[in-house]
Amino acid sequence: MLGRLAGEIPRFFTLQKLALLLEAMGTTLAMTIIGCVFGFLLAFTIVFLRQTPGRLALPIRLVAILYVEIFRRIPFLVVTYLVLFFIQIFVSDASLFAIAVIAICIYSTAYTAEIIRGGFESVARQQIEAAAAMNFSRWQTLMSVIIPQSWPVILPPAVAFAVGFIKDTALVSQVGVFELTFRGKELNNEGFSGILVFGTIALLYFAMSYPLSRWGRWLEQRLASSPSKRPQQRLRPAHGP
Amino acid sequence: MHHLQVKDLSSAYGPLTVLRSVSLTLSKGEVVALIGPSGSGKSTILRVLMGLTPPTGGEVWVDGAAIDYRSAASIRAARERMAIVFQQYNLFQNMDVMRNVTIAPVKIQGRPRQEVEAEAVRLLAKVGLADKHHSYPDELSGGQQQRVAIARALALRPEILLLDEVTSALDPELVNEVLDTIRALAAEGMTMLIVSHEMGFVREVASKVVMMDKGQVVEEGSPREIFDSPTSERAREFVGKILRH
Repeated sequence: MLGRLAGEIPRFFTLQKLALLLEAMGTTLAMTIIGCVFGFLLAFTIVFLRQTPGRLALPIRLVAILYVEIFRRIPFLVVTYLVLFFIQIFVSDASLFAIAVIAICIYSTAYTAEIIRGGFESVARQQIEAAAAMNFSRWQTLMSVIIPQSWPVILPPAVAFAVGFIKDTALVSQVGVFELTFRGKELNNEGFSGILVFGTIALLYFAMSYPLSRWGRWLEQRLASSPSKRPQQRLRPAHGP
Repeated sequence: MHHLQVKDLSSAYGPLTVLRSVSLTLSKGEVVALIGPSGSGKSTILRVLMGLTPPTGGEVWVDGAAIDYRSAASIRAARERMAIVFQQYNLFQNMDVMRNVTIAPVKIQGRPRQEVEAEAVRLLAKVGLADKHHSYPDELSGGQQQRVAIARALALRPEILLLDEVTSALDPELVNEVLDTIRALAAEGMTMLIVSHEMGFVREVASKVVMMDKGQVVEEGSPREIFDSPTSERAREFVGKILRH
């Protein structure tokens, strides 16, 4: 067994195969980053809509809440299939990469929306009242007060989510995107032993997520230690009426 | 004409009535103090005036113009004429002193940045913080933060300044620096509605004292009348209690 493995190694680690794997790594990274960055931006929109006050905005709030609650409760693979078959109704030869990105985006929007909402809610109510008393609009309060004060709370878990999601994108190999796991399956089918192929694939996933998660940790520590940018310490509640 | 007139103002929080038919008036250049036990509704009046707590009834006029607190435009107009200083200062934690003072005049009122900055420099000097332009709120003492908050409110150029227990959150040795700032404003003729527990200070700067209890005005008059010869039983009891401190 070990002897067979040793015999395979020179055939496996050729420049051509390494290039193939690196390209697949790039695909994995690219779809994660594009999907999560757009997801993050859409999540801000979802949270903004969800916090729209007033009775007239009730349907908007409901849609925002439903979106988050539904997509957080569906497995990512199922979302991917749904996107695939839905898009194929309209575009028969849609790019699988684009489909994967859309699925990642839909999924990460729902997850990061909860992270962002938690961050927004960590901003003291008095900060928002002070802005209101000076005639800040909702948008101005969001941009000048809420986001600058809550991003140290939002960014670390959002980065952690995206880094963790690098692994979960392996599931889109199921629809045939040429990402890392898909290439692994191909090489395995070509006759290379599963241990060798998926051992290498595992190392490559680790090589992507470990530095990024270290970077996330560093970011978190840096945010926590900058004195004036951190969100307001909890104040004791203001006196009643 | 009264500068600010409040008539039969009521406010309720769920089943809890916080203000019952409160009326009061404020003339230009006058300093009116609201006193009374905790929970008597003093701060709620200021919050209602600023559109932070909705009223359930009554009327408010500023310079003869009625304010409709169901209309966002009317609330904006009210906030252009009145500014509030909060008990907990509520400075924006993510901005330095200068930006705290200048952001609303520049971004919201649309005044030229240079002019606003020059005014901010003057206001910060006036409250004794000329050397703190680039400090962040959490690098300042409570008294310093509250003086920045006063400068921030003044930078809005309000006609009426509302002060909500502005010394209650401060350590005793920091109270006077804030009171001195307010004394100077009163001497300049700033129209102010002050909620305060500092009775010596109220007696000194207020032209009129309004005593509240359980959401109602129980007595109003000059400081001398309220503190030396209160007529109502409730006022006598309250004044007796605070003077024994």
